[in-house]
Amino acid sequence: MISGLIDWLTDSANWSGSDGVVARTVEHLWYSGISLFVACLIAIPLGLAIGHTGRGRFFVVNLAGAARAIPSLGLLYVMVLWLFPKLVGDSAFLVPSLIVLIVLAIPPLMAGAYAGVEGVDPAARDAAKGMGMTGGQVLAKVEVPNALPLIFSGFRSATLQVIATATLAAVAGTGGLGRFLIDGQKVRDYPQMASGALLVAVLALVVDLLLAVVQRYAVSPGLTGRGSGRPAEGGGVRRSSRRSNTPLDVEIVSSQRTVDSQHT
Amino acid sequence: MIAFDGVTKKFPDGTVAVDSLSLEAPSGKITVLVGPSGCGKTTSLRMINRMIRPTSGTITLDGKDTGRMKESELRRGIGYVIQHAGLFPHRTVLDNVSTVPRLLGMDKTETRKRSMELLERVGLDPAFAKRYPAQLSGGQQQRVGVARALAADPPVMLMDEPFSAVDPVVREQLQDQFLRLQGDLGKTIIFVTHDIDEAIKLGDQVTVLKVGGHLAQMAAPAYLLAHPVDDFVADFVGRDRGYRALSFQATPRLPLAAERTIAMGESAEGVDADWVLVVDDQNHPLGWVEPLRARGAIRTEMLHRGGTVARASGPLRGALDSALSSPSRRGVIVDDSGSLVGTVKAHEVLTAIEQADRPELADPRKPGAPAA
Amino acid sequence: MTWFFDHLDDVLSRGLQHAYLAGVPLVIGLLIALPLGWLARRYKFLYAPFTAGFGLLYTIPSLALFVILPGFLGIPILDPVNVLVAMTIYTVALLVRTVADGLGAVPDHVQQAATAMGYTRVKRFFAIELPLAVPVISAGMRVAAVSNVSIVSVGTILGINQLGLFFSDGFNRDFYDPLFVGIAACIVLALLFDAVIIVLTRLFTPWLRATGGRA
Repeated sequence: MISGLIDWLTDSANWSGSDGVVARTVEHLWYSGISLFVACLIAIPLGLAIGHTGRGRFFVVNLAGAARAIPSLGLLYVMVLWLFPKLVGDSAFLVPSLIVLIVLAIPPLMAGAYAGVEGVDPAARDAAKGMGMTGGQVLAKVEVPNALPLIFSGFRSATLQVIATATLAAVAGTGGLGRFLIDGQKVRDYPQMASGALLVAVLALVVDLLLAVVQRYAVSPGLTGRGSGRPAEGGGVRRSSRRSNTPLDVEIVSSQRTVDSQHT
Repeated sequence: MIAFDGVTKKFPDGTVAVDSLSLEAPSGKITVLVGPSGCGKTTSLRMINRMIRPTSGTITLDGKDTGRMKESELRRGIGYVIQHAGLFPHRTVLDNVSTVPRLLGMDKTETRKRSMELLERVGLDPAFAKRYPAQLSGGQQQRVGVARALAADPPVMLMDEPFSAVDPVVREQLQDQFLRLQGDLGKTIIFVTHDIDEAIKLGDQVTVLKVGGHLAQMAAPAYLLAHPVDDFVADFVGRDRGYRALSFQATPRLPLAAERTIAMGESAEGVDADWVLVVDDQNHPLGWVEPLRARGAIRTEMLHRGGTVARASGPLRGALDSALSSPSRRGVIVDDSGSLVGTVKAHEVLTAIEQADRPELADPRKPGAPAA
Repeated sequence: MTWFFDHLDDVLSRGLQHAYLAGVPLVIGLLIALPLGWLARRYKFLYAPFTAGFGLLYTIPSLALFVILPGFLGIPILDPVNVLVAMTIYTVALLVRTVADGLGAVPDHVQQAATAMGYTRVKRFFAIELPLAVPVISAGMRVAAVSNVSIVSVGTILGINQLGLFFSDGFNRDFYDPLFVGIAACIVLALLFDAVIIVLTRLFTPWLRATGGRA
């Protein structure tokens, strides 16, 4: 079985062409990227607004919980059945899948943005108001920078979920790495299926690790404990070095509350 | 007796928390370890029950090397009280108090009975037994902490700033209760605090430690106030030492003057004095009034309450303070039941102080008698 | 609704199978995660590699794991053991960190008091640390339970018997009824799991009820 997998992966014929690994990977990333982009446009402003005003907290918490319980495959089938007859051409395959991906990405993104803003030290917020900042300035200059670690955590959760679910989209007739799994299964070609599976797993890992690196450098050193010049006994360094860089690093303030990190 | 013999604790990062410390904590007495933060007082305390292991040196408990005893058994024989009580939040007050007896495998009903008694003894209503720690105030939690430490009747108690997380009023109540309890029980207690006033109030023997875990001075509190061994100790025990030392000096017979009093509800008009003392029907002083300003029957809100009241059998500090704080400049002295015996003026107290013996100065080589 | 009642037997048998595939790994996963989480807490240098390493397992898309695992285990894809192992992996991935953090959330002074009273390390774990970590571990279990129920339905693509088969039944026949019944059944099962965990947690944490959450 393993040798079949190696043979398949080392066969250059499987890598090139419009149905090769390279093209499928690009498709996979393209679907994921566009869905995440749209989801961010919707979810992050909403999450920031809810965190800033404190209104709608109930809505976010319950949305995140409810979204976890909905099986994404079921949702995908419903979308395809419903939208396929209404659309023409390639979009008939693609649009239902993209909608599912966007819907799935919204709760973790929104929860991250909301929790990040809500978790900002009230003293820092008070100080900002006291210095005469307007609501918008408080949000932009204090809340968002401080919320960045959690916004990013939400983004990583969403990304993982989208990359995983984009694999399922192949059952709706789209491209992407899921094709190898679905096509391989039809002809009982286990090496092809296993190769597809391995490629998706590797893609998810690589993207997540890349995001981890970006997160490390995008967030203020004051929040991550990077940089020098800290007093030796300042617990900050030790605490933050313990903060791991996994996609599950989505704790909000206390470990009791976690940004949704379900995937498919 | 607990004895430290050349005990040193060096942490892996190189800091020396305790430096060849030798001291003895006599049985049945309270030995207070006091010093600024970083002086190694808590480290020293925690080496006794081996929560921290000494780098070198030995600590003996009634002559037995604690390093050779099984840790969990050693600890079950030592009561331990810490700053935030460290109660188990998931157990009821009663279960918290019963912890060590149950660990020792003692009978369940017997333990319950004893735990209930202990709760009363530390001043807690037995109704609290079924509650959880989070339903108690800080002071109440601390009482439970003390009861829990006493539950298995250990001969030794270690107390690490047990009263410093509560407000000053509650702290004083806890301290007084603790002294009463110790009067009954006579445990061997090591008590850590950073508060020199607490050290002097509670300690039979006070050990002052310097940063880096050096022993600066070990003495009875009165002796410590009279003879700080160096600048560090002098600084640490602080100002007002002469005044505070009066806390340890019994009041001699003072030339008490009879004080003219009036009862609550009477009128002070026509009394020929600047100030007159108001008492209740049991002759307990209530406060002073100015006859010239007090019109009609005396009511509670008319009383001047600035003056303190001193017991004739109490320390000299009380008598002097009574005289200094009284609006009439006449200090109110009462007997042990709280009834007025007379008043005294500051210069009379000072004369008494000048004439008094100073036992703590007698033999500079030996710690004086324990605090009264 | 008539479709639902006509196929009640199917819904129940697939539902039971679904509950088995999602539920058993929860228990096994917790039993594996407890010692791992304890180690991560006990030895500081293990915390980062353990939480990060096991967390990384969760990034493997489920469909991929379902396909890759049989190659390693030497069993057919449709063998329920395949799904059980995969779900256990996800549960462990989620819970190692939760357990470590839950044990770490026990206040320092409480731990010290326990040590000073003469608890041995093992006794202290079961009498003090584990009970106090229950609320945090329970929160992690709830996430894992709901996530497991959802992930198991992905097995539909490979033809594994569980509630998700209603999705493909409906999809292939262009027929909404089974599709909606399948989704609703999945959600109900997830809520049931959640409810069971909440009830168990309440049973294990009487002090939180008494104090209204403070403790």
